Order: sequence, then structure tokens, then C-alpha cells
Amino acid sequence: MFRAEDYPNLLVGLAQADDAAVYRITDDVALVHTLDFFTPIVDDPYQFGAIAAANALSDVYAMGGEVLLALNVCAFPADMDSKIISRILQGGAEKVREAGGILAGGHTIDDPEPKYGLSVIGRVHPNRVLTKAGAQPGDALVLTKPLGAGIITTAFKGGAAEIAHLERAAETMAMLNRRAAQVMQQVGVHAATDITGFGLLGHSSEMAALSHIELRFHFSRLPFLDGAVRYAREWLFPAGANRNQEYFRCGVTFAPEIPAEMQLLLFTPETSGGLLIALPAERLSDFLTRCAEAGQPAWHIGEVAPGSGIVVFP
Amino acid sequence: MTDIKTVDARGLSCPQPVILARHALNQGAFPVQVVVDTGTSRDNVTRMAQSLGYRVSVAAQGDQFVLTITKE
Repeated sequence: MFRAEDYPNLLVGLAQADDAAVYRITDDVALVHTLDFFTPIVDDPYQFGAIAAANALSDVYAMGGEVLLALNVCAFPADMDSKIISRILQGGAEKVREAGGILAGGHTIDDPEPKYGLSVIGRVHPNRVLTKAGAQPGDALVLTKPLGAGIITTAFKGGAAEIAHLERAAETMAMLNRRAAQVMQQVGVHAATDITGFGLLGHSSEMAALSHIELRFHFSRLPFLDGAVRYAREWLFPAGANRNQEYFRCGVTFAPEIPAEMQLLLFTPETSGGLLIALPAERLSDFLTRCAEAGQPAWHIGEVAPGSGIVVFP
Repeated sequence: MTDIKTVDARGLSCPQPVILARHALNQGAFPVQVVVDTGTSRDNVTRMAQSLGYRVSVAAQGDQFVLTITKE
């Protein structure tokens, strides 16, 4: 219905299946527009608000932008304790402030199942938009948060996870991808996306397809939150892990040494995960140094090769 | 006739069937039967039990699956 050729200022839209829409308003400014919300994934209302906000803001960072404005997107039961609601909103608002943005309004509807998130507008220079489509053979692949928050929150809901593991996962999920985005723009990178509901291999599959290249990961270099590997061995996967695997598995080749549960772990949905970044190999050490100076974790987990799909080495 | 421990995990989504099945296995009385109604639950319960060294046989009954878990 909205043909790309009719809207030359729409730099990224539906057709590209990227993390956010990008619209050029002047030669120097493009708006990054995105929305995300979900049901509670942790019990603490403030923490839930912060995680939901960090997750929504992340799409702006995945496009290489900075946050300008945010609006609350809320669904709460009519009889929900107003103190809990204000803790959720406070968690979200403080995250928006940490992002350097302004929380400027919102909308709430009655719903028996609580939901919270943000609609976000960010800005980016039109020539510096980062999409999933720019990865090139020879690029290094970097990940900026450890994996495993999805299986840990699922295991915890099932009464099978340690609280310390959940707390560490919640801290990680609430962390903004802002510093990682800033380092991307300082160093110059080819492509980026954030790791969320499709898991590492789902989002990587999209990058591989849109960039027309092959992504290679080294399992031994992948960072996992404490507890994630244990809960995978206990097979405490959310149903979404199997759905992702069914959908994306045909493009993924695993080394035979990688056991079935570790394969499924890489398909497991993440929440508010890190950025997956493809950058020229000669800029890798500069990138990692700047991340370390900014207190931003970063792991070199693989590289880009000619071809298609994904290969996971031991 | 032996009593067979049965876990009814129909209508539950993962990881709940896995957690219930594991709890039953930990009680140490075999065989354990687990009834599930999705392919995902069937696969995940089967894999979990196999990873712990048990033998699993699956019987499809209409829309549901009956998993019988025994010690090797």
C-alpha cells in the first residue's frame, strides 16, 4: 500500500523489516520512530518499567540514533493498585531520562493483563543510519550484552531459577544500549540490530539475509549470563525458543560438537538484549577499547563471510 | 498391577510441562507417564528426560501425546 518509491524521505520502512522506521525531515536530521510494549517479565514493578522502557528505547540505538521523546503505552486492570502503576511508570520515566530523552505523555486502556512500553522518537543523521543490511565479508561481529535473560526469566517463572540469576538478568535487561550506539557512531560500523524476541540466531538470520552475507559465530566466545547454560541443560525453554528454531533453523549450520540444548539456547527469545554489530575488522580494537573506556561490555563473537545463512563453530 | 505415576501437563506452556515432569522423575518411582498436547512440550519433555539418562517412548493419542519415561 505504501510503496517505497512514493515516499523518498522514508529511509527505512516496512519493506526493509528493520528495528525502527526512519524518516528524513531535513538533509541533517532523520527521525527514528518505534514502539514496543509487553506483559510483566519480573515481579518488581519499578524494574519491569525500566526493562520495558530500555527494550523500547533500544530500537532507536539499533539504528544508531539518540532518543528525543517518548510516550507511555499502558494497559492496566481497572482494579490494579495505583502505587504499583506509578512504580512501573517511574521505572520507565527514569530510563527515558537516563537516555537523555523526555517522557511527554501517553495513553492507558483497561485490560485484565497489565502491559507497558513506550512509543519513542529519536534522531539520527540521514547518512549515518545503521540498518541490518550493511554487513560486509571480512567484518567482525560484536555483541554488547550477555545472552540468556529469556531462559532465566522463564525458568524463574517456573519456580526453577535462583533469585541471584534473575537479578543479574534484570540488571542486564534494564541496561540501555546507548553507550554502545555512541561508540558505533564514533568508530563507524556497517550494520547493527538488537537481540530480542527472535533470539541471537533469529536476528542474525535477518542480518545475514538483508546483507546477503554469511555470519559465523564461535560458540566458545559467546557470553552467557550465569544460570543460562544450566537452565538450558535442564531444558527449561520457553515455547518461543522452539518456534524460533522451527522458523529460522533451515539457514543455520551447527558444528556437530554443539549439543541440541545449546543450539536451542541460541534460538531462545531474549528481552532487551544487546546490539549485534558488524564492523570493519581493522576498527575492532578501537571499538573494543572505546567500549571498555565507556564501561560498555562488548564481546567479539564472530565474523562475516561471503555466502548466506549462519554457521556456528564450536 | 503397578501404579503408574501420571503427570497431566495438557494446556500448559513450556517450561511448565518440563518442570512438572522433572519433579515426578525426582520422586524416583518408574515408569512416569506425562500427557501433553503440543509438539513443543512433547519434544522438550523428551529431551529433558533423555538428557538425564532416561528412556522415553511417545504414543500419539488424538491431539495429545503420552510420554512413558523409564530408567534405561
